[in-house]
Amino acid sequence: MNGAAFRIIGSLLARRLALGLLTLFVVSLIIFFGVELLPGDLAQNLLGQSATPETVAALRRDLGLDQPAVLRYLWWLGDILQGDLGQSLANRRDIAEVIGDRLGNTLFLAGMAAVMAVPLALCLGMLAALYRNSLFDRIVNIATLTSISFPEFFIAYILILYLAVGQGWFPSLSRAAPDMPFWDHVYVCLLPAVTLTLVTTAHMMRMTRAAIINLLARPYIEMATLKGIRPRRIILWHALPNALAPIINVVVLNLAYLVVGVVLVEVVFVYPGLGQLLVDSVSKRDLPVVQAASLIFALTYILLNLLADVLSIVSNPQLLHPR
Amino acid sequence: MDRLIGMDRRQFLAGTAATALAVGGAGLLPRAARAAEPKQGGNFRIGTADYSSADSINPALSETRMSMNLQWQVRNNLIEVAPGGKLVPELAESWEGSSDAKTWTFKLRKGVEFHNGKSFTADDVVYSLNLHRKPDTKSNAKPFFAPVSDIKATGPHEVVVELSEGNVGFPSVLCHFAVVMVPDGETDFDKGIGTGGYILEEFQPGVRSLVKHNPNYWKAGRAHFDSVEILGIKDVSARTAALVSGEIDAYNFVDLKTISLLQRQKNVRIQRVPSKAHYVFCMLTDTAPYDDNNVRMAMKYAIDREEMLQKILNGYGTIGNDQPINGAYEFYDPSLKPRAYDPEKAKFYMKKAGLSNFKAQLHVSETPFAGATDASVLYREQAAKAGIDIEVIKEPEDGYWSNIWSKVPFCVTRWSGRINDDVMISSAYSDEALKTGWNESHLNNPELNKLIKAARVEFDDSKRGEMYHEMQRIISDEGGSVIPVFADLVDAVSPKVQHGELSSDWDLDGARASERWWFS
Repeated sequence: MNGAAFRIIGSLLARRLALGLLTLFVVSLIIFFGVELLPGDLAQNLLGQSATPETVAALRRDLGLDQPAVLRYLWWLGDILQGDLGQSLANRRDIAEVIGDRLGNTLFLAGMAAVMAVPLALCLGMLAALYRNSLFDRIVNIATLTSISFPEFFIAYILILYLAVGQGWFPSLSRAAPDMPFWDHVYVCLLPAVTLTLVTTAHMMRMTRAAIINLLARPYIEMATLKGIRPRRIILWHALPNALAPIINVVVLNLAYLVVGVVLVEVVFVYPGLGQLLVDSVSKRDLPVVQAASLIFALTYILLNLLADVLSIVSNPQLLHPR
Repeated sequence: MDRLIGMDRRQFLAGTAATALAVGGAGLLPRAARAAEPKQGGNFRIGTADYSSADSINPALSETRMSMNLQWQVRNNLIEVAPGGKLVPELAESWEGSSDAKTWTFKLRKGVEFHNGKSFTADDVVYSLNLHRKPDTKSNAKPFFAPVSDIKATGPHEVVVELSEGNVGFPSVLCHFAVVMVPDGETDFDKGIGTGGYILEEFQPGVRSLVKHNPNYWKAGRAHFDSVEILGIKDVSARTAALVSGEIDAYNFVDLKTISLLQRQKNVRIQRVPSKAHYVFCMLTDTAPYDDNNVRMAMKYAIDREEMLQKILNGYGTIGNDQPINGAYEFYDPSLKPRAYDPEKAKFYMKKAGLSNFKAQLHVSETPFAGATDASVLYREQAAKAGIDIEVIKEPEDGYWSNIWSKVPFCVTRWSGRINDDVMISSAYSDEALKTGWNESHLNNPELNKLIKAARVEFDDSKRGEMYHEMQRIISDEGGSVIPVFADLVDAVSPKVQHGELSSDWDLDGARASERWWFS
């Protein structure tokens, strides 16, 4: 890479990060006032059926919920700009602490699923492109499409039924503890990771296959074939680099899903991830926690999309060396 | 002249036999005691469906089953509810009320220590009780402390509570799950310091809690496990899979729709206890057309209770008769029979009210109980035969208690039951409850209100009983609540779990399974 390439990427990064901050701000606004619109507030939800008007009023005063929403939003914004995520309104715990472990768990599971799903999807995609329209291609397509067609919790139940309850090979509860040894953590996360692999592989695999097959009709590939290069080498060295941009995009989209969209899998396996915390906090109207979790999710999307764009540029000489 | 009151015959017996009870809950109860002597040891794991990331172990804010169970692992009350609803001494050795039931003296147990080594004294009691009386308290026990005018320590191990109005049933309030004892001046409740049988090791709200056996526990023959873990497992299939594969030892809220399949599993035992919990279709008695008792009577005759029991609870319950007291309470009136399903009578009452082709709007969500929507739709079908057209309106789960319950003329609710007849009736049907907002049907019956107050200062059990029978009749005949069924508490446990007689106030043995159960 030369200086021009760095300049392009640098200015892209700067522009996109600035836009990202704006996005985060808008997201926080939407989340805050969206949750405000929901019926009920934290005081009522904490006290439940046993609430009396007096205790609700006392709790509201205590939590500052008697103040106008705009004021509360500005306070929150002021704190967050100083790097203070604040305290959970519901149980007075530090949000950074509450979210820290959960985020670690979520990232661990997402990472594990990605390590399994991405190479698997790319390999299957390339093999399917290589042996397109063969029996192998059809089997892979049918298998991956079948697994993506089932809701993830259904796949999770099937895995639990056969591998946890039936055979007893794996625990049905993925109880991750913060101080757990690495391989124990891998072991308890295996079933959810396999579930996520099954639901994400099809998308990435189909895109890999389509992008490569799309290129195989191009003249330069025909040239390579005429030169006598073996199909395997053509796909790996000539087709794949040019198909990277769309593949990277779909992989990144799936990675984002693995971080932010796995709440059903978390519920079924009782995995203490961020998704469950977010759902819980929304139902309790614990706004600071909802905000913090939403911002982390939004940030995940922004950063992963940025990564996808940078990688697309790096993998495309035309974009990297504009005239 | 002070005398021992507030205890009926059963309670008195229980009081004198309390030490024996505490030593071996199973020993006195031959029918339930299948296992031999309780054994010490093991890691007991509970999967609970009712928990939240917002949980804390601040006594005033305990709401979910997870926090209640945890509360009773690490802390004790002054008085405990033994199985069968008897009040037995816990941190209070004995209690006495004055003849007007206004002054209550509690003698405290000596030699009890908190987990941090501090001795348990009267100051701790005063502080702990006042947590629910402070002007800005958020405690859900606050309404029960409204009649309390003063709490003072009259000795290192004696506390006197003054009430502004006499109440024979006051000791029951001290069994409430929020009214646990914490050290004087405690503010960081999440440390979990108490006098309980287990010491808090770890508490991650919404995920799990872990406690270790307290070697210094004052109560002999209790807290048999080396450690107890509570896991929050919302999904009923996940709870079931975890129990079947041996990852937990017990869970609450069994799915009644699939219970027959669960019973076929060899390594699962289903435990059912008749409870005080009841399902209610609640009409506002001060809002037209439900302010006309003829309409209320019509609605009560238009429900098929037996079908409700079979279809909604799969038979795991008992029939209700439109009032909240059942056999789990002391003063239940068994002669008050439930109304039979009678569409013709319903039509008759509707005609009397001048309403033919009556259309009702029933508001429901799944928040009160699982199956509430199904129950409403079933009610609609049953009432249709009486010419009553019930439109079932599905409301959002969020904010159901604050926006729908007791606000719309006709909605679905549920009560877990209360500690005694007085607290149950006065919490939900009295003029006092109109003030707290818990009088869901807005019932304001002068005769009932008078009886509630009179029964509180009546020492003669048979006279008190008659009063409570009369209250049950009034609520059943004039109240705004259609109470078709009482639901059983249904837990699923591993066969190695052993226990004595099960308590009927909450699931998992009155939420005290950690203290009362043991492994074979």
